[in-house]
Amino acid sequence: MNITEKILAKASGREIVSPREIVEAKVDAVMVNDLTGPLAVEAFRKIGVKKVWDASKIVIILDHLAPANSEKAAELHKILRIFAEEQGIEGFYDVGEGICHQIMVEKGYVKPGNLIVGADSHTCTYGALGAFATGIGSTEAAAVFATGKIWLKVPEAIKINVVGDFQKFVTPKDLILYIIGKIGANGATYKSIEFAGPTIQKMSIDGRMTICNMAVEMGAKNGIIAPDEITLEYLGLKHTEFLRSDPDASYEKIMNIDVTSLGPHVACPNSVDNVKSVNDVEGIEVNQAFIGSCTNGRIEDLRLAAQILKGRKVKRGTRLLVIPASRTIYQQALREGLIEIFVEAGAVVCNPTCGPCLGGHLGILASDEICISSSNRNFIGRMGSAKAKIYLASPATVAASAITGKITDPRKLEV
Amino acid sequence: MILSGKTVKFGDNIDTDVIIPAKYLVLLNPEELARHAMEGLDPNFYSRAKNGVILVAGHNFGCGSSREHAPLALKHAGVKCVIALSLARIFYRNAINIGLPVVECDAPNIADDGDELVVNLEEGLIQNKTRNAVFSFPKFPPFIMEILRDGGLIENLRRRLSGR
Repeated sequence: MNITEKILAKASGREIVSPREIVEAKVDAVMVNDLTGPLAVEAFRKIGVKKVWDASKIVIILDHLAPANSEKAAELHKILRIFAEEQGIEGFYDVGEGICHQIMVEKGYVKPGNLIVGADSHTCTYGALGAFATGIGSTEAAAVFATGKIWLKVPEAIKINVVGDFQKFVTPKDLILYIIGKIGANGATYKSIEFAGPTIQKMSIDGRMTICNMAVEMGAKNGIIAPDEITLEYLGLKHTEFLRSDPDASYEKIMNIDVTSLGPHVACPNSVDNVKSVNDVEGIEVNQAFIGSCTNGRIEDLRLAAQILKGRKVKRGTRLLVIPASRTIYQQALREGLIEIFVEAGAVVCNPTCGPCLGGHLGILASDEICISSSNRNFIGRMGSAKAKIYLASPATVAASAITGKITDPRKLEV
Repeated sequence: MILSGKTVKFGDNIDTDVIIPAKYLVLLNPEELARHAMEGLDPNFYSRAKNGVILVAGHNFGCGSSREHAPLALKHAGVKCVIALSLARIFYRNAINIGLPVVECDAPNIADDGDELVVNLEEGLIQNKTRNAVFSFPKFPPFIMEILRDGGLIENLRRRLSGR
């Protein structure tokens, strides 16, 4: 069995599971946020049970519209605060703590071998720590609140082996964009994607999270990376027995990628699989640049952006927004002087939140504006006007583009 | 369960940001959400759908965010059933869970805009009355059919937890 099959077998109390089989699995943690949570609370109240199955396994995070930007958003937050209090849910993270996926990992809700569901499609991020994690909807989250269980179809698996060292200013984001361009937005629907190989084994947890985060952009059920010493160190755990794929595990497809000659990549409007080399789109003028989100708002991303922005200014006519993914990252960036660099460069630094990524709050785009963003989606209307255009790129490419005011290959800026 | 209505047709990769943009996710009332369904692609969708339609789409319908507001908005706008070449997995689960039947039918071009369709969920059959043609799709596992008959997961769970 592969690692995903092993986790699903363990969670459903079976020796063996096979692709396409439907299992009823026990959930180790369930997460909702301020947009999906209120519907879950409403659904939970209709089920007719008074108490949640296990308050210690439910996590509620206010991040999408944080702090509340309207009276309606404030009401959504209020519903969740009341529910957390009433149910004795300790894992309640109010406005300002950070983006749900970052908080889940930072606060220790995700461990290798866990089965985690979250009412947010980017829940697949936690595969970076060797957990099975997948997005669900609000009603289903309510059912998990009540029962602690969920039905899942065992997915077929794709394995992606990655070898080689990245060039300077080429990042895990460029790799995952390149992969999405190859596989397509529909190419892994219902499937599991396991990322492996020496490049992944050398990659930090920050980079692994970026990779697993975007598995859903290919339609995948989960993205996963076998846990190892880097995982243990990140979690501060001593060596334990990990679930890993057997050497003879079967995969529907195996892809091999060498990153040695990979350059920066960009997903062009209006689909995440419309991926091109940055050199094919260089020179397109940008009105806004955004560094942040559950894809690329971590400390390594901010360090990389600061390396490029240090001593430079954001081009007049271009706005740069920088949003750390959590309070912890924000504090680390403060200690390292990164925030100073961003503000000096002319960036707007906002509190930890999803921000412009989903067009619900800060940094919304007007018609015909162009944004280059380190986030994960460039659909029509995603960041505001349906007439705006979004290019997705690495924090390095976004930072370089903010300086020149047009899409720029970060390797071409002198540092 | 038999569902019928006129076809409203869309293409591939219709994402949830198009089905219902994030700016409307502060609306909890499904009837209010419904007024904005698909408005980015078709500003007249709400008036076209209100008498009950079958939405026919291409590949990867409902990709993107996990927002359940997407199937809710469609259901309350008047969509009785979604038929697609393929469905994004979270959308698929969400739709079933709120009691909106969604089926995957791999026959290309089952209907044109305005064609009269009749969908029989138990039999796994789609009848295009306008063209006088019949198409089949894989039947649901019994537990999913049960959720749909109950009108959604919450109703299903209420019934099961109370032992009825």
